[in-house]
Amino acid sequence: MDDRNDALLYNSGVLTGPRDGVCKAEEGQWKAKRGGYVVIECPQRIPCNPCHTSCPTGAVLPFADINDVPKVDFSKCTGCCRCVARCPGLACFVVDLAWKEGWAMMKLPYEQLPRPQKGMAVDCLDRIGRKVYRSVIEQVLEPFKDRTFVVSVPVPADLKDDVRAVKVVAHDAE
Amino acid sequence: MREVELLVIGGGPAGLSAAAEAAGMGASVLLVDSGPRLGGQLIKQTHKFFGSRDEFAGTRGFKIADVLLDELKGLSDRVEAMIDTTVVGYYREDGTVSLSRSEDEYFLVKPKRIVVAAGAQERLIPFPGNDLPGVYGAGAVQTLMNVYGVVPGKKVLMIGAGNIGIIVAYQLIQAGIEVAGVVEAMPRVGGYWVHAAKIRRLGVPIHLMHSIKRACGDKVVEGADVMELDERFNPTGREFHVECDTICLAVGLTPTVELLWQAGCKMKYVPQLCGYVPVRDCNLRTTNHSVWVAGDSSGIEEASSAMVEGRLAGYGAALSLGYGERPDRYLSFIKRLENLRAGEVCDKIRSGIACVLCEGGEQ
Repeated sequence: MDDRNDALLYNSGVLTGPRDGVCKAEEGQWKAKRGGYVVIECPQRIPCNPCHTSCPTGAVLPFADINDVPKVDFSKCTGCCRCVARCPGLACFVVDLAWKEGWAMMKLPYEQLPRPQKGMAVDCLDRIGRKVYRSVIEQVLEPFKDRTFVVSVPVPADLKDDVRAVKVVAHDAE
Repeated sequence: MREVELLVIGGGPAGLSAAAEAAGMGASVLLVDSGPRLGGQLIKQTHKFFGSRDEFAGTRGFKIADVLLDELKGLSDRVEAMIDTTVVGYYREDGTVSLSRSEDEYFLVKPKRIVVAAGAQERLIPFPGNDLPGVYGAGAVQTLMNVYGVVPGKKVLMIGAGNIGIIVAYQLIQAGIEVAGVVEAMPRVGGYWVHAAKIRRLGVPIHLMHSIKRACGDKVVEGADVMELDERFNPTGREFHVECDTICLAVGLTPTVELLWQAGCKMKYVPQLCGYVPVRDCNLRTTNHSVWVAGDSSGIEEASSAMVEGRLAGYGAALSLGYGERPDRYLSFIKRLENLRAGEVCDKIRSGIACVLCEGGEQ
């Protein structure tokens, strides 16, 4: 029954463990890297390659078949967030573990209202939308000026594998 | 009676691409669309597209419509576009078509070639209460929200977790509407996994192996009963109630093919392509050799492949009118379609097309 529930959970769009197309740097290397590394969670073969074509350093490797899942050469990733802003599936994130000891600076795609601004309080959400932390937006970028924002939000480092979205806290709820 | 070289029926992604390609080769084109503006479903697509650069991947759909319309503007000496114009009949005796424009004008056109890119129609499913105000098709919800800026309600239950259901759910959240959940009879989402992940992390539950049992409410939708299904789609007896004021149906599309029937094209029922579709060669020429098909009218698929199909059909029609070959472009269309359809998500599409492909057209 658990296996079935686990499969149904994954089949509904929730990552339940490592898979092809889920790209994460090795921990030691990751902690030392200023600016962070990309995390990609794109486990289904679909015809799509903007993560590769938007990557200025070639860190997201070329696709032999456009249906391939992405692969990352972390030695080339600068954490620039262009794939975060370009991916139509919102499946790329940048996580900076060198920002401050014990913290992860999450750089997440954001396409909701209100328009995000530095200093806004946000609820940090996990893969099923549970509020796992309350934080404050540190920085907002709009790399392609196309209303996909990249918001930087610090969370405790042990939440780096959980937080995947933010929701701006409404004023009356503060 | 007015004669035209090429009539393109439908101004969506496939039709716009067909008109642009054929006019680019030198053909004069009449492009007609039944709607109040060109662009078809693209103008409601606020999400970014998949595919490769050639299909404008990473660009929002309505921006892609702008790109295609700009291309047509550059060809305006050869392309005439008529909106609010519906092709209502095809006369097999001489290939004349009849059109109705703005409800009060009726006229005939005799085209040498036709590309049918008429798109698709939404399917609906029967359940008690499905006639209550508040039950919508996903296309209507998208039009209300993204074209007219009107929200359909405050709290929505989405039926169907294909790409349309999931994407419209995401767009509802963007519009500030609460999505109470997504209900899907299959044991997995039919849409792309990453689209599902987007709404899951915003807290929307996706109830796999569930279906709507009834819409509740006296005069308007006040909620819905949702029932669990087993592997054979039989109700297990477990059910729950969802409070909502809107039920949005995203349970599939079926190709719009009436004109192809009228044109005497050989038709075949292909479940993988979601309905009756015309038999055609590898360049999308139907068995009526004056008629090509492209986009959802040829089988339900993505807008990215519809745009390439449009190019291919427009190319073939212009070529048969005697306009010069552009073999490099032709081969790139074939290759792009092949690439887009190569993955497992297109297993159904490939097997469906294999059912309706006839000989001819190889270059």
